[in-house]
Amino acid sequence: MVPDHARTPLHALHLELGAKMVPFAGYDMPVQYPEGVLAEHHHTRQAAGLFDVSHMGQAVIRGEARVAALEALLPGDLQILAEGRIRYSQLTNELGGIRDDLMITNAGDHLFLVVNAACKVADFAHLRSELKGCVLKELEDRALLALQGPQAADVLGRLSPPAAAMPFMSCLAQDIAGVPCLVSRSGYTGEDGYEISLPADRAEEFARRLLAEPEVRPIGLGARDSLRLEAGLCLYGSDIDETTTPVEAALVWSISKRRREQGGFPGAAIIQHQLREGPARLRVGIRSLDKAPARAHTQIVDGEGRVIGEVTSGGFGPSVGGPVAMGYVQSAFAVPGTSVSLMVRGTPREAVVADMPFVPHRYRKS
Amino acid sequence: MSTYFTKEHEWVRVTGTEGVVGITDYAQHALGDVVFVELPEVGKLLTKGGEAAVVESVKAASEVFSPVSGEVLTINATVVDQPALINDSPEDGAWFFSVRLTNPAELDGLMDRAAYDAFVKSLE
Repeated sequence: MVPDHARTPLHALHLELGAKMVPFAGYDMPVQYPEGVLAEHHHTRQAAGLFDVSHMGQAVIRGEARVAALEALLPGDLQILAEGRIRYSQLTNELGGIRDDLMITNAGDHLFLVVNAACKVADFAHLRSELKGCVLKELEDRALLALQGPQAADVLGRLSPPAAAMPFMSCLAQDIAGVPCLVSRSGYTGEDGYEISLPADRAEEFARRLLAEPEVRPIGLGARDSLRLEAGLCLYGSDIDETTTPVEAALVWSISKRRREQGGFPGAAIIQHQLREGPARLRVGIRSLDKAPARAHTQIVDGEGRVIGEVTSGGFGPSVGGPVAMGYVQSAFAVPGTSVSLMVRGTPREAVVADMPFVPHRYRKS
Repeated sequence: MSTYFTKEHEWVRVTGTEGVVGITDYAQHALGDVVFVELPEVGKLLTKGGEAAVVESVKAASEVFSPVSGEVLTINATVVDQPALINDSPEDGAWFFSVRLTNPAELDGLMDRAAYDAFVKSLE
């Protein structure tokens, strides 16, 4: 347990469940429960895992001009975002770098945002000062739980039938076990699942209700990281930051044709130039050909030993059964199948640039 | 045969001038699920306190230091193939390597079982 760190509404429950607690983004968070990271990872891929992500920032934006105002700060297309639908995007800076990545929901008369814990103070200050004619309200009295895995829909549908029918990347308010929840069909594991925003003072009772279902076990940040790495999803602060653009980060899929053409967001000229000419470097997946995991900051070298990039996330992928990594390489080396070496403790280890995700996404097909 | 322990949670079981080295149950518990181990090459000369091996959990890599100086005689290929054995039997089947001690007097600076157990208790 870490003194002087913030606690989520589930802190006491984590301790009761025997979690090992670590500091993360200013919070005292569970990195694993007694079963351990490997078992938690496999359980999430096979059944359903419950994650406490209440440290993340939640906010709503109100105001007539909210769509145009937020579009001026990010390259995501919010004009075509239908009510009840969710979009992934990135707040950009003047150089096209990523201030944060976030989820935006069209909740009818307002927008609902979920941002990274470590960025939330800066994000909300930025949004407050830049969102013209809108009001941003941080939802500090709400918890956020993720229920992820192939049996997540069975579990939530048992408690609230409408949840099972929700399309991927949609959002629906519903009472579940008597608790008013805002349910998003989304997640950070590559599996089907939900993120559930609910009142903080009901979070523990709700978490206990989910944990009482036979498919559900609590999952810590350790497995959250190995699951998202296998799914090829970026971790802000490691794989993307103020110095990486969405183009370099291979997130172009999250920018619509209209936004690519029209721009109108911070750093648009740089991002449009990279879209036209191709970026100098790209985020890619990397598979090692031996068993040594390559961690973040491992150098990537070519056949002549020249440094061509760096690993930004790497480790053992439990579902892959071996090491997986992602990182940036010079664009000439970004084609899947390109042979590279990873300098692990001074020794070059053979590896190959690989398609991501490393484990196929199993999102709900609409 | 006597077993000695370090404050870095390695053990060395000594018979004559040969020692077998591994990590303790406390160490494996702190590491969590071990998914990879890198052992020294046979013939390598190790110095007491120097890096001898690497163990990796899902999350992180940790160095294992040699409790004694000596030449590596054999390595345990079984733990390379099945790193999870380090979680299952750290102080028995999942030994890392054996060494020929070059300075047996170094053992005087290590802890015996009772002293190590007391040391671990002081960490809790």
